[in-house]
Amino acid sequence: MHPPAVCSAAILISSTLLKGVSKFPSERSVSLGFVLLAFVCLVFADLSITTLDPWTEMQRMATGFATPDFFAVTNMGRVLIQTIAFALCGVGLGAFFGFFLAQVFHIALVRWSCAFVRAIHELFWALILLQILGLTPLTGVLAIAIPYAGICAKVYAETLEESQPGALAILPVGSGIVSTFFFARLPDVWVHIKNYTSYRFECGLRSSAVLGFIGLPTIGFYLETAFSEGNYSEAGAMLLLFYALIASLRFWLRPRLLGFYLVAAPFLLGEGASIRFDNVVRFFTSDIVPAPLRGNDLALAQTWSSFGDWLQLLLVDQALPGIIATLLLTQITLVCTGFLTLALFPLISDKFFGKFGRTIGQLLLIVLRSTPEFILAYIFLQLWGPSMLPAIVALSLHNSAIIGHLIGRYSQSLVLRPDCPRGFNLYGYEILPRVYGQFLAFLFYRWEVIMRETAILGILGIATLGFYVDSAMADIRLDRAMLLILITALLNIFIDSLSRYFRNRLRLSQQVEYS
Amino acid sequence: MFRFDNEALGYKGVTVLNGISLDIKAGEKIALIGESGAGKSTLLMALQSRYRASSAFIPQNPGLVRTLSVFHNIYMGSLNRHSTFYNLLNLIRPKKNEIALISPIAEKLGLTDKLFTRSGELSGGQQQRTAVCRALLQGGDAVLGDEPVSAVDSLQSRIIIQALCDNFETVVLALHDVELALEYSTRIIGIKNTQIALDAPTSSLQRSDLDFLYTA
Repeated sequence: MHPPAVCSAAILISSTLLKGVSKFPSERSVSLGFVLLAFVCLVFADLSITTLDPWTEMQRMATGFATPDFFAVTNMGRVLIQTIAFALCGVGLGAFFGFFLAQVFHIALVRWSCAFVRAIHELFWALILLQILGLTPLTGVLAIAIPYAGICAKVYAETLEESQPGALAILPVGSGIVSTFFFARLPDVWVHIKNYTSYRFECGLRSSAVLGFIGLPTIGFYLETAFSEGNYSEAGAMLLLFYALIASLRFWLRPRLLGFYLVAAPFLLGEGASIRFDNVVRFFTSDIVPAPLRGNDLALAQTWSSFGDWLQLLLVDQALPGIIATLLLTQITLVCTGFLTLALFPLISDKFFGKFGRTIGQLLLIVLRSTPEFILAYIFLQLWGPSMLPAIVALSLHNSAIIGHLIGRYSQSLVLRPDCPRGFNLYGYEILPRVYGQFLAFLFYRWEVIMRETAILGILGIATLGFYVDSAMADIRLDRAMLLILITALLNIFIDSLSRYFRNRLRLSQQVEYS
Repeated sequence: MFRFDNEALGYKGVTVLNGISLDIKAGEKIALIGESGAGKSTLLMALQSRYRASSAFIPQNPGLVRTLSVFHNIYMGSLNRHSTFYNLLNLIRPKKNEIALISPIAEKLGLTDKLFTRSGELSGGQQQRTAVCRALLQGGDAVLGDEPVSAVDSLQSRIIIQALCDNFETVVLALHDVELALEYSTRIIGIKNTQIALDAPTSSLQRSDLDFLYTA
């Protein structure tokens, strides 16, 4: 499903957009290269709609969302509190350890470990931990805390590194490392760290919601039930409550209350199965050992040849197609996200719209970025069936809303001459050339995030790496699952370094608020 | 007190001053003068990095933590006198006895009503006075100041320099105001073309003797 008319129209749009835009030929040619690559990927991508009657289902869903039924949802208060509790515990622990890791981030081993743990999506962490700890609250908390510690460590370390406080020069000799840190170093970056952590908490709420899809008692669990049973009014009500929760963050997440929340949260996670120690031991000593090596004599050539077959089968039949599908989907989504961002950011910019228009734009972007991408993809998947189409649409909408918000805000800070043109001329000649570098920087930062999300959507049935991981987990072949997750992580680290390469080559701003 | 013996001084690997020989004795009040960019800051930085343990420093950018209050910025001059635990407690909640200690210093420089204002919200002159207060609290044998009165009026300039001279035995200040230099120093060092071009007791100098430092 890729009519040539759509392609040529998109090429036309992209080339006209890019023509007036790039300050440097390299920014322009890189953009063009990515767009062309995405078109090549489109040729190989499966974009079919397989459901029999998507339109009727869509109408039912729209009707359901338009008539949310708040009374159908039982125990909603408890569900929301548990969703918050998982986010608080997970992000709290992640930020706490991230903060300490940031102090030793100059050690290569710490840096690599952090890169590794954050390359694995929190849902993969949850799937792994589920095998070790069972369906317990600790599984959910650690699934958020582990990758978030890696992310926070990196961002905190970069923040500390960027600040060059002049006060360090004047401290009396013998002030002590700890006092020096808290007086001369931390206050300088405190606001930045605080803002970043509260942004992380918003992400943590989304992660926490999504963990429901694998059985933890957060809102995702009940959303999935409502969707699969077609109770769209109930699902709509839950989503609205979730948006309200996120939109009201700044009212209830007060610094003074935070301590109280953090103390209370561990007691509000709900009950789970008890952790069985023999499960933990078996996971490390047996489950993750490749099947042909398990309990067989390692001295025999026979063992190793069957291990070779196992490895080859896994790499050729699963990892390779998984990697290809993941990369195809990533590249298409990245470019779609780019185009959508360029279309969305003016909606919230005072350079283009008045107060009323901006409010509507803000609302749209908040809904798009507050809906966890996993849930968004799940909804489109219900409508269109398991092809790449729902994944592309869901991830592009979600990510472009995030970048669009940042670019829109950035565009507000631009000072224009009073007699500047209006409308599309303003967009093409004054605004876009000024925000394009920042836009590319954010998009490149997002590249690795998009790849991680793409891989995880396999759990929903799209044939990316996550699909093979999930299948292996379902067959209780944890050895295969772990190797596939490892491959996913390495692919993610590769994309991350590629993104850094492009950012450096294009000299895009290293200063980024949210990544 | 301070001594350089035919040394090349610079920062970040770039030599700014060549063949500097200097001997500063305890009790001297020295004014460093010369055109901006001549190398006064370089000389002061070199003194500061070598004699950091015995001297308080007032850098040109006042070296304040913008998000901390005036009180905390001044208190930083005494971080090495207290335990880490005490320092952290005082960071979270200013201690009464520290306030009692710091208030008179702040009062002397007219910062009483700004004591609990964030230093980032202050005017340039108020920030400079905060940095001076911190140096006063820190104390020591000597104070090194890089244009410590560039952003305050002439009355306050005199209050600040007088306070520094009263509280420190040895004073080395880079000054752009030649009148102030003549008024308060016991010795003037003039820098021109990366060299020490003038080094004489102030009592032997006239205003006109300094003019050559500022002409091409």
